[in-house]
Amino acid sequence: MAATPSTVRTNSKLIRWIDRRLPLFSFAQNELMDYPEPRNLNYWWNFGSIAGIMLVIMIVTGIFLAMQYTPNVDLAFNSVERIMRDVNFGWLVRYIHMNGASFFFIVVYIHLFRGMYYGSYKEPRELLWILGVVILLLMMATAFFGYVLPWGQMSFWGATVITNLFSAIPVVGKGLLTWLLGGFAVGNPTLNRFFSLHYLLPFVIVGVVGLHLIALRQHGSNNPLGIDVKGPQDQLPFHPYYTFKDMFGLAVFLVIFALFIFYMPNGLGDAQNYIPANPLQTPPEIVPEWYLLPFYAILRSIPDKLLGVIALFGSILILFVLPWLDTSRVRSAYFRPIYKWVFWLIVIDVFALGTVGAHRPEGAYIVIGRIATLYYFLHFIVILPLLGWFERPLPLPTSIAVAVTRKLGGAIPAPTAGAE
Amino acid sequence: MKRSFAVIAVAALSLIAVGARAQEEAPDAPHQDWSFAGIFGTFDRGAVQRGFQIYNQVCANCHSMDLLYYRDLGPDGPGGGIGFTEPEVAAIAAQKQVDDGPNDQGDMFKRPGKAQDGFPPAFPNIQTARAANGGAAPPDLSVIVKARGKGLEYLWGGGGPDYVYGILTGFKDPPPAGFKVAQGRYYNEYFPGHQIAMPPPLADDAVTYTDGTKATLSQEAHDVVTFLTWAAEPQMEARKRTGAKVIIFLLVMSLVLYLAKVRVWREVH
Repeated sequence: MAATPSTVRTNSKLIRWIDRRLPLFSFAQNELMDYPEPRNLNYWWNFGSIAGIMLVIMIVTGIFLAMQYTPNVDLAFNSVERIMRDVNFGWLVRYIHMNGASFFFIVVYIHLFRGMYYGSYKEPRELLWILGVVILLLMMATAFFGYVLPWGQMSFWGATVITNLFSAIPVVGKGLLTWLLGGFAVGNPTLNRFFSLHYLLPFVIVGVVGLHLIALRQHGSNNPLGIDVKGPQDQLPFHPYYTFKDMFGLAVFLVIFALFIFYMPNGLGDAQNYIPANPLQTPPEIVPEWYLLPFYAILRSIPDKLLGVIALFGSILILFVLPWLDTSRVRSAYFRPIYKWVFWLIVIDVFALGTVGAHRPEGAYIVIGRIATLYYFLHFIVILPLLGWFERPLPLPTSIAVAVTRKLGGAIPAPTAGAE
Repeated sequence: MKRSFAVIAVAALSLIAVGARAQEEAPDAPHQDWSFAGIFGTFDRGAVQRGFQIYNQVCANCHSMDLLYYRDLGPDGPGGGIGFTEPEVAAIAAQKQVDDGPNDQGDMFKRPGKAQDGFPPAFPNIQTARAANGGAAPPDLSVIVKARGKGLEYLWGGGGPDYVYGILTGFKDPPPAGFKVAQGRYYNEYFPGHQIAMPPPLADDAVTYTDGTKATLSQEAHDVVTFLTWAAEPQMEARKRTGAKVIIFLLVMSLVLYLAKVRVWREVH
C-alpha cells in the first residue's frame, strides 16, 4: 500500500519526518482541526465532549484512589477516610471522584435527552445511539460497583438490595445470586470482585466510546435542524469554531462542578454512607444514588418482584429500540409541533419518577409512581409510534446554510416541503 | 431554549428538596450559628480546643474516635491541626494510657500515649460497649457530623452540626405529658423516636474550661460540635481556600474563552 504523502501543515522538518512514518499529526489535523461540523450546533452539543472529559477525569482520579484504597470489609471504610485525612490532596481527589460520578451522569443524561429532542438516533445514526445506550448501561454498573467500595451503610445495603434482584429470576435465581456474591450474603468476596470490576469497566467504556466516535464520524453530527448537511456551505471546521465553543462550555461546566467539589462535596451523597457498613442494622431507608432513582421508582411501582425487575431493565433496554419506535422521519423537534410537547412530558415524567424513588412508597407516592411508570412505557411503546403517523410536521428548510443566514431558527417558511 | 431551562430548574429543585433526609417522628433541630458555615467559614480554634477538652473529659468515656490521632491536633496534622504546639500535643497524649506490645517477652503492656497514637477506644470491643450501655453501643464519633448531615444544607453548617447540637441540648426530664419512656432510655426532643439510650452527657459546669470561658450547657454543646465538625473533616479550611482560587481561575478562564469564542464566530454569524 502506497503511503499518502503527509498533508500536515507545518514548517517543522521533524514533524514532517515523524508524520510520514507515524501519521499522528495529520490524524490530529484531520480529526480535531479540519473535521467539518454542521455550522448550527448549539450549546446542547457541548455535552458529548464534556462527557468524554468526565470519563478521563474519573479514570485519572480513580487510579490514584486505587493506590490508597483497601478492598477489605474491615479496612475499606477507614482506608477511604485515611485518603481524606492523610494523603496529600487525597480529600480533593476523592471529592472530585465522588462528585464526578454525579456530574458524569448529569452530563450524559443531558446528552441523551438532547439526542431525543433533536432525533439524533434516527437513520442513519441508529448504531451510534445504541452504542450510547451501551455506554449508559456500563456507566450504571460501574457507578453501582463504585458506590459499594467505601463500605458505608448505604454501600452495603444498596449492594444487598440490587444484587437481590437476581434472586427474582425463576429456578436459577438463588444459585445465581450466591455465585455472583461469592457467598450467601454481600461480604468480602463481593467487595473484592466489585473493586476489580469497578477498575475494569471504565476501560471497557473507553473502548465503546471509541466505537461511538467511529460511528459518529461515519455520518457526522446531527444538528438542531435535524436535516442533512448538503455541502461545505453548511459546515465549519472543528477548529477554531467548535474548539472554542466546547472549551467555553467546558469552563462554565467546571465552575458548577467545582462549586460542588469545594463547597457542597457531600451534597449529592447520602449521609448514611458515613456510617460503616453494619450487616446487622438496616438503615431507615435504602435509596440508590440520585442518578438511579427513576429506575428504582419503576422497580418499586410494580407489586410483583419479577415483573418489577423486568420493568426496571426494560425501562433502559427500551432505549435500544427507540430508533424504530419513533416512526417520524423528521428528526428535530423544531419541526414536530406535537412531539415538542411530548418530549417535555417524558422529561417531567423522569423527574417525577426520580422524586418518587427518593421517597418511601407510601400514599400519594405509590399512585404517582405507578402513573409515571405507566406513562414512561406508554411514551415509548404507544405515543412515539403513533405520533409518527398522526403528526403533521412543519416544512423543513432547504439547507442549514439557508436557515442560518436567515437567522430564523425554528419556523422557517421554506419554499419546499421536506417531509410528507 | 428559555423554557427548557425553566423546566430543568424546577425539576432539579424538586429533586434537591427530596434529597433532605426525612427525620422521622422528630422535628429538625433549630439552626445554630457556626464559625465554619458558609463559603468563607473557618473553625474557631478556641471553640475546637474547648470542644476537644469536652470530648477528652466527657465523651471519650463511652465514645471512640477511631480515625483520630493525637498528631492530628498539632501543627503537622491534616489541615494544620487545632492550634496546639507539638509539646502540648505530646502532653495531651501522655495523659492517656494506650495498649502496646507485644514486647520482647511477648506480653502486651500499657504505656503513656504519644503523638503518633490513635485516640484510645472507650471499650475493648463492641460487646463490652453494648453490655455497659443498655444494649446500644455508643457510635464512633470520628465522622458523626457527616453521618448525620443533610446534603446541600451542609454548606451553611446546617444538618449534621445542628442535629448533634440538638441531641446534646434536647433532653427533657420529665418527658412531655403522656409520653412513656422505656427503662434505660431518655427523652430527647430531636432523636428519631425520642428515646435515646445516652443519658444527658453535658450540663452547666460539666467541665472547667482551661481558658476561663463560662461552661454553660449551650456553650459546651456548641464547642464540642465545632470540635466534632473539625474531626469529621479536618481539611475543610484547605478545601474552601482551594475552592475560592479554583473558582476564580475558572471564572476568568470562562470569560476569556467566551470573548475568544465570540471573536472567532463573529465572521460566520
